[in-house]
Amino acid sequence: METAIEHKSPHGTNDKAILGFWIYLMTDLIIFAALFAAYAVLRGNTFGGPSERDLFSLPFVLAETMILLTSSFTSGLMMLAAHRGKKNQTIGWLVATFLLGASFLALELSEFSRFIAEGHGPQASASLSSYFTLVGTHGLHIAVGLLWIIVSSMQVARRGLTPFITSKLTRFSLFWHFLDIVWIFIFTIVYLMGVAL
Amino acid sequence: MTLTQFIFGKLTLDALPHVWYTIGGTAFLLAMGVAAAGFLTYKKLWKWLWNEWLTSTDPKKIGIMYILVASVMFFRGGLDAVMIWFQQASAAGVSQGYLDPGHFQQIFTAHGDIMVFFVTMGFLFGLINLIVPLQIGARDLAFPFLNSLGFWLYLAGAILINFFFVIGGDFAATGWLATAPLSELQFSPGVGVDYWIWSLQVSGLGTLLGGINFLVTILKMRAPGMTLKKMPLFVWTSLCSMVLVVSVFPILTATIALLFLDRTFGMHFFTLTAGGNPMMYTNLIWMWGHPEVYILILPSFGIFSEVVATFSGKRLVGYMSLVLAAIEISLLAFLVWLHHFFTMGAGADVNAFFGIVTMFIAIPTGIQMISWIRTMYRGRVNFTTPIYWFLGFVGTFTFGGMAGVLMASPGADFQLHNSLFLVAHFHTMIVGGALFGIFAGITYWWPKVTGWKLNERLGRRAFWLWIVGFFMSFVPLYILGFMGATRRLDHYDASTGFQPLFIISAIGVVIIACGALMQVWQVIVSFKERKQNLDTTGDPWNARTLEWSVPSPVPSYSFAVIPEVCDRDAFWDMKEANGGMPPKITKYEDIEMPKNTAMGIYVSGFVFLIGFAMVWQIWWLAAVGLIGAIACVIIRSFDEETEYVIPAGQVEKMETARQLAMRQ
Amino acid sequence: MGLRRTIRPRISRNIRDIIEVMFSILDPKGPIAMQEKGLIITAVSIMLIIVVPVLVALVAVVWKYRAGNKGAKREGNPDDRAKNTSFAREAVWWIFPSIIVAILGVITWKSAHALDPSQAVSSNVKPLTIQVVALDWKWLFIYPQQNIATVNFIQFPTGTPLNFELTADGAPMNGFWIPQLGGQEYAMAGMTNQLHLMATAPGVFTGQATEINGQGFAGMKFEVKATSQNDFDAWVASVRRSAHPLTLDEYNNLVEPSQNNPQALYSSVQENLYGAIVAKFMAPGMMMSSSTPSSSMPDMQNMPANMPGMKM
Repeated sequence: METAIEHKSPHGTNDKAILGFWIYLMTDLIIFAALFAAYAVLRGNTFGGPSERDLFSLPFVLAETMILLTSSFTSGLMMLAAHRGKKNQTIGWLVATFLLGASFLALELSEFSRFIAEGHGPQASASLSSYFTLVGTHGLHIAVGLLWIIVSSMQVARRGLTPFITSKLTRFSLFWHFLDIVWIFIFTIVYLMGVAL
Repeated sequence: MTLTQFIFGKLTLDALPHVWYTIGGTAFLLAMGVAAAGFLTYKKLWKWLWNEWLTSTDPKKIGIMYILVASVMFFRGGLDAVMIWFQQASAAGVSQGYLDPGHFQQIFTAHGDIMVFFVTMGFLFGLINLIVPLQIGARDLAFPFLNSLGFWLYLAGAILINFFFVIGGDFAATGWLATAPLSELQFSPGVGVDYWIWSLQVSGLGTLLGGINFLVTILKMRAPGMTLKKMPLFVWTSLCSMVLVVSVFPILTATIALLFLDRTFGMHFFTLTAGGNPMMYTNLIWMWGHPEVYILILPSFGIFSEVVATFSGKRLVGYMSLVLAAIEISLLAFLVWLHHFFTMGAGADVNAFFGIVTMFIAIPTGIQMISWIRTMYRGRVNFTTPIYWFLGFVGTFTFGGMAGVLMASPGADFQLHNSLFLVAHFHTMIVGGALFGIFAGITYWWPKVTGWKLNERLGRRAFWLWIVGFFMSFVPLYILGFMGATRRLDHYDASTGFQPLFIISAIGVVIIACGALMQVWQVIVSFKERKQNLDTTGDPWNARTLEWSVPSPVPSYSFAVIPEVCDRDAFWDMKEANGGMPPKITKYEDIEMPKNTAMGIYVSGFVFLIGFAMVWQIWWLAAVGLIGAIACVIIRSFDEETEYVIPAGQVEKMETARQLAMRQ
Repeated sequence: MGLRRTIRPRISRNIRDIIEVMFSILDPKGPIAMQEKGLIITAVSIMLIIVVPVLVALVAVVWKYRAGNKGAKREGNPDDRAKNTSFAREAVWWIFPSIIVAILGVITWKSAHALDPSQAVSSNVKPLTIQVVALDWKWLFIYPQQNIATVNFIQFPTGTPLNFELTADGAPMNGFWIPQLGGQEYAMAGMTNQLHLMATAPGVFTGQATEINGQGFAGMKFEVKATSQNDFDAWVASVRRSAHPLTLDEYNNLVEPSQNNPQALYSSVQENLYGAIVAKFMAPGMMMSSSTPSSSMPDMQNMPANMPGMKM
């Protein structure tokens, strides 16, 4: 009689953890879907305030997008280094991803504060409430990702690229790419469609 | 902002208990806490409680804790029900009952939220924790730490929803789903809705973690040979229920968050002014709300499949039909939410579409009934308490289901929406369906968990009290619906003729209460005479699925050796190949088990702080809670030593002792 | 012999009358409620076609195959047959509930369209428009064609199609319901829902609020009176002679929360008041004050096309 065949390499590339993380990402996606739905319903309810075309600066958003996409690229390079067991390179690419992500967040915060200073904050109308919440929730996730990078860097530095740590890095990179994909949707539905349509 | 405002947020002395029910509630909670603490100190049980139970990651223990908390919350919600009934029975004409309208509205709001989120979901998560791993031949869930965390978040939510008794004084008075714009600041200026928001967010997080956990467990940790088509029906229905959980609880999270943003930060998602859209709240909340009720009922359908098969002494007939029925119900769950607001004005085409799709649910439900009857046909039906609960379920659920299909027709719904007919319908579904299934499951699996059987006679007595009380309570409500009685009324004119029916209904609820007390009595008596009812073999019902192949009560490692599965009804199969006995184990191995951890408690404690702080807008406290919770999670992420080993020799010793006992 | 024949039908008719009077939904006084009652009875009857046999089968099977019954034929080895159940044999069982649901589905489609509240009651008589504003916690009724208004009371002639336009102000979602005339519909701020009803017999009915809206919910009832055309005209004339007009100030007073309001009558109504109420949530500065000249009130005809409304 055979005994258990569940993946018992205790701290290895634990495919249960990866599956669980994918399912969590899907639940996060549904949260974003609800926020997108709210945005779609409310985007036109400006209550006499400025329209999206008046507010958004596409070049600015393009810069944010390029920064975020590049950070996804550096995150990918990070994973390659991790799989090759290159500890310092991994940390290096983690730092690069952090810097790019932080720049993205800084740009986004500056956009938010500009709107608020001009009187177009989230309390002004339903349209602005839904804009700030959708884009802000994405920004919150980026902030969590930045914190994750700090913790991961510490873990890699102290323990090296053990299977335990590498599995965590895999989950981080899934998270970061997921945020990138959500941003593509935001860029398209909120900014492009808001200005062009 | 003054220093006081910074330290205390919106909290003032007014928030301390100063009305009869907050004083009473606080006193009761304090008394319970003092009694429990006193008992534990007197018996010197603190260390045992901490090590054996509170920090446990064992799903069997966590399951029991869920069921205990759910039972306590059941009496809390049941007390609400009794209060509602007495108010409605007495509030005719000049007499306005004994509760003022605002308080009455808080009571039925709390009743609904507690019964749905903390009683039914609690019982179900408890049973799934206890039984699903055993049925699939797994020793644990996929993520033991998350299991513990999920339970403690559930408990934190349960404490939050009761905390207004101690600090705050008011709960939401909006109905259990806090529909906007009634739940917006304009119409609900107190903290009641904020307590509603945060208790549901906190426990909702626990539910989501549990859903992910159960899903990965069922998908990844089945014993070798157990394909999906060989899983027991309880596992199938739990799987479907958890797919629904992970799909729709995020919608609840998002929607409640938007309401929070409106109330706390002045945003305008659902407000009447500045472009808010209250109808969107209704849509979003029911896109969660409808699947939620199917989440509640699906596992009970699975329990009935197990119970009918075992107590007919027969293999389940129509296995694939039952599986497909569960899947179809799950799919339909996503397509029907608008039937909760046909009267909001969506137009005939939209209403008709949702109405027709709603009716489809009758098909898989009917197939289940037919399959269970076909299973009992030419079987040997043993009238145990679980079978009584099954029969009670059929007798009630059929009529409640008819009421539902009736209201699925928009033309009929226009007259029946928001009436007591609706209230009777959904109570029939949840009580007659989900709750009766839970009672059947608890009775059925009791010997497995405790090692002794429940008293059959008292169990049947409890059943009769419940079923008579149920009909007496709810048939009058169906009738009242046709008399034009709207739901949630705190008083009515004597000329309506409602009162006699309300009185009959109130007597019915007293009988139900007696039934519930009889169940408590049953447990007490059964505990006292447990030595006469010991389950020595682990298989007291001559049952068919894997959980009956392990000893009762189940050892910490559940399976000494993970079994290999060849067929459905895996244990029956094993018994047939071994002359009626479970197979003898020849080779033992070391078993790895997850360690206990207190992290779940700490994280939930910090999350509770966040919830409380957000209600009162004490921002520094919220920050403390957030930093604390994140710090705990980070610390936990560094922890690699999360398992311990039971050596093979020790396992062999324990197993040999039990096999000796069995062969006697 | 002859006596029995006359007494029996009279007794059963009396029982039916008693039941119907108590059960307002089953005692329709208008064509809409009549159709809704018919739908309820039809749907329940069709469902019973399958429910009754299934319940009978359950009782029969459980009784015959109970463990104590020696005479019952049990399956020798039930597993064999169960293992070999073919897909076709299983599928057959799915047909029965599917047929019932299909029939109900067709009925649902037809009835949902026939009973669509925004569909006018077909009649040669000129319809009467009543604009309904749900307030905390009373009902304001505006008769635009007669230029009168009432609180918690409406009167109209029998046989006349009624066009109710529903909205709310200063109140959350409300439900407007007159059980004996037909189904309910929501009244919500910032938008208009339509409900078409008609009374075929004179009488006094109750109307009530069905959606919880705060402390005064249970008291939010209104009286409904259907009379002859002459009586209605006389009533309108008498309202026009009543003491107070519904000015903007008076309206703003009404919007303030109050419970258990007595019935009130207004001799005239601020011009296009209903339109202004609906539109006031659309943009800042649309809030009405008595200093705003009535000519600048937004006009219902020129409402922007994309106002949130009933068609979703």
